[in-house]
Amino acid sequence: MSEKFKVLYYVNQFFGQVGGEDKAGMAPLFCPEKVGPAAGFEGLLKGAGEVVGTVICGDNYFNENKERSLEFILNVIKEQAPQVVVAGPAFNAGRYGMACAELAKAVVDELKIPVVTGMYVENPGVDICKEKAIVIRTSDSAGGMRKALPTMAAIALKLGKGIELGSPEEEGYIPRGMRKTLFVEKRGSQRAVEMLIARLKGEPFQTEMPMPVFDQVNPAPAIKELGKATIALCTSGGIVPKGNPDGIQSASAQKWGKYDVSTREALSAPDFYTTHGGYDPVYANEIPDRVAPLDILKEFEKEGLIGKVYQWFYTTTGTGTAVSKAKEFGTQIGAELKAAEVDGVILTST
Amino acid sequence: MVKEIERFGIPIVHMATITTISESVGANRIVPTVAIPHPVGNPKLAQEDEKVLRKELVKRALNALTTEVSGPTHFE
Repeated sequence: MSEKFKVLYYVNQFFGQVGGEDKAGMAPLFCPEKVGPAAGFEGLLKGAGEVVGTVICGDNYFNENKERSLEFILNVIKEQAPQVVVAGPAFNAGRYGMACAELAKAVVDELKIPVVTGMYVENPGVDICKEKAIVIRTSDSAGGMRKALPTMAAIALKLGKGIELGSPEEEGYIPRGMRKTLFVEKRGSQRAVEMLIARLKGEPFQTEMPMPVFDQVNPAPAIKELGKATIALCTSGGIVPKGNPDGIQSASAQKWGKYDVSTREALSAPDFYTTHGGYDPVYANEIPDRVAPLDILKEFEKEGLIGKVYQWFYTTTGTGTAVSKAKEFGTQIGAELKAAEVDGVILTST
Repeated sequence: MVKEIERFGIPIVHMATITTISESVGANRIVPTVAIPHPVGNPKLAQEDEKVLRKELVKRALNALTTEVSGPTHFE
């Protein structure tokens, strides 16, 4: 029997069973055991591969100290010399997804070791690494773990044994933007005519060359006279008045709120706090201006550096919020700001 | 949200710690901030120093709003 291939596993502090938000600042560590999802993963490799250990890193630590984290983790990988690196799945967790994605990119680029990870299609990490790593499609929450792991393991198994992967549809991963040459029975002209006929008849057809969708917004022109400008403050950090009067969700927000701050000097505690469920709230609850700096804007207004702080402060929660919802919020808020002739916007995110 | 607000022709600056996300959501003016749970603050500093830091960051944001850009630009 041939030797087993080696897999190294990466998880965050939560799936690494260290702790929740309070441990999100932990530096990476290597554990020679199979922790969290890594424990079940080896069994799914059907005896062909083994998990040699788990790297655990806090989501905040990774994203705030990317270079340092990568240096440590890449060194561990060099020492352990796995054939495949597995990260996540991160589902729709933004910081975890970014960590898996940055790690995947570095491992593939610098060490030439294949990486498998898993994410919800809207996770911001997908775009960072889908061309480098194999990113399987997962649901948006950890409830999809049992479905995600076998798909990831099937791909790891092929990568570990050096077997070529099938198409994204067959294997369950997110398309990597690559084109592959393959032989088909019918020639191009015939396929094109058949597709056209299907389209004219209103029947389903599948393009052989999907076009990428680009949606860029050109930068708006700069403010000319700051001393006369009205500036609006906006946040996705979930700062709300005490009692959260509009019931803005702590995650997967369904709405936004606006609050009159014309008579306030700051977003001070305890009148304001954060309802955001995706980061440690201690610092924001002490001084909410640490997330949405109304205090400074008001000072600048007094000094005459800016004309005015807009009467309404806009807020929502940016964790796990669907892109379609965020778009809707932006369109609604933008329309209000435009109507009120606001000249510029500061939007803070946690 | 940043992109949709800017679509109305209003300049907007995104202050965030994970700036790769700012870029992927289509922000054109970006100010990198301190840390995820306290983007424009630092609890390790004395309150006065923290205010100076916050002032500096907001100034950078205003500087971004008064600067013409042609694509995603970091103001550090």
